[in-house]
Amino acid sequence: MTSFAASALKHKAQNGAAEAIHVENLHKKFGQLHVLKGVSLSARDGEVIAIIGGSGSGKSTLLRCINCLENPTSGIIRVNGEEIELRADSHGHTVPADRRQIERIRSKLGMVFQNFNLWSHMTLIENVIEVPVHVLGVKRDVAIREAEKLLARVGLAEKRDVYPAYLSGGQQQRAAIARALAINPRVMLFDEPTSALDPELVGEVLKVIGDLAREGRTMVLVTHEMKFAREVATHVVYLYNGLVEEEGPPEQIFGAPKSERLKQFIRNIG
Amino acid sequence: MLGLLHSVEIAVGATCLGLLIGTGGAYGKLYGGPVVRDLLAAYTTIVRAVPELVLILLLYYAGTDLINQALTAMGYQRVDISGLAAGIFVLGFVQGAYSTEVIRGAILAIPQGQIEAARAYGMSPGLLLRRITLPAMLPFAIPGLANLWLIATKDTALLAVVGFYELALATRQAAGVTKAYFTFFFAAGVLYLLLSLFSNFLIGRVEAWSRRGMPSLKEAR
Repeated sequence: MTSFAASALKHKAQNGAAEAIHVENLHKKFGQLHVLKGVSLSARDGEVIAIIGGSGSGKSTLLRCINCLENPTSGIIRVNGEEIELRADSHGHTVPADRRQIERIRSKLGMVFQNFNLWSHMTLIENVIEVPVHVLGVKRDVAIREAEKLLARVGLAEKRDVYPAYLSGGQQQRAAIARALAINPRVMLFDEPTSALDPELVGEVLKVIGDLAREGRTMVLVTHEMKFAREVATHVVYLYNGLVEEEGPPEQIFGAPKSERLKQFIRNIG
Repeated sequence: MLGLLHSVEIAVGATCLGLLIGTGGAYGKLYGGPVVRDLLAAYTTIVRAVPELVLILLLYYAGTDLINQALTAMGYQRVDISGLAAGIFVLGFVQGAYSTEVIRGAILAIPQGQIEAARAYGMSPGLLLRRITLPAMLPFAIPGLANLWLIATKDTALLAVVGFYELALATRQAAGVTKAYFTFFFAAGVLYLLLSLFSNFLIGRVEAWSRRGMPSLKEAR
């Protein structure tokens, strides 16, 4: 499984910007179920990659493999030029070879989940400073000042001492975005960030994500919001049944799709 | 009064030891390899299946005997194991088996996403346990652990059978000497009751604190 050491350095800066995330020929099996069947993906600095596809197409799994929340069965993942080392454990499952490396890589990736996953025993400000203080070793008062700015930015300044359970889904998700921003991530990963929200709350979250995209944050976004993907993405990847069926700039994917399946997918959703 | 103090000492020590064993045990059962899991399953099954009185007699007499045999075999002097240390160890060992299950259940009750989020941000397993898992499981564990604590305060009475001077033994001796059985046993009963009431008060405070992020159920009715 570790035969993929070879092609290390040639991936830097093909379009000028450095490659923040590189995924190559990724496979993921859950037992008999083959979810990803050789997917490749690349995100350069400043790019916004939108991953779209039907239910069960493997798009969330792909995102979760990038920070090894799911361990890929085989393939290459490189974050920030650093390849994640994998090895086979005694049961034949692929696992990260070096826990420290995974932890270091994860602390550069700001993940936003479908169900927010804020820590319920901490107030918003505590949620936001948790990783900077305890993982990255930032001084507490510095982290608090930074966190206050971030909460203000997502419109939650006055909720800093409130526990997540007392907030609406939209507010929780905005706080979760502030938590992700607090680590000053190299790349933001969004796993269907609006799918668990009431329709009237989707807008406020998309606005925050859209602002981040416009200021040049590198992001990989799994989403069902086609209109939004078309607006903010620089590159759209359509997954079907564990494979990239079609990819390209949003105008092409939504304006002039080539594959029959993608055409049908867009018709059904739009 | 000295008897009561001894009882409380043992109960506190045994509960602390039990919590340590319980936390480790729950972690081992949930995340450990097959060998660890089997060993822990044997531990919790056996300890919870055998009556505590039997365990106390077994661990106290057989345990001290084993330790002394081991010591003499290694060429050391035999030691007198203090009743307090033995009592804490024996009850803590029993408590550990029950706490393992209480804490295991509480950890399972934590929304999985919160643990996943901690992993996604690069927390190491130790940090994850200290900062997320333990505080997040506490509200689910407190009712069960409070039961265990109250049981521990009264299980100390079982140590009277091995001659440890605690509240029950002190009462029996005092009553035997003065023949005022009713007075002394009634007083002992009141002391146990006061201990429980005081415990309840403290546990209530701790529970309210541990549930700080959770809206009260009354509001949801």
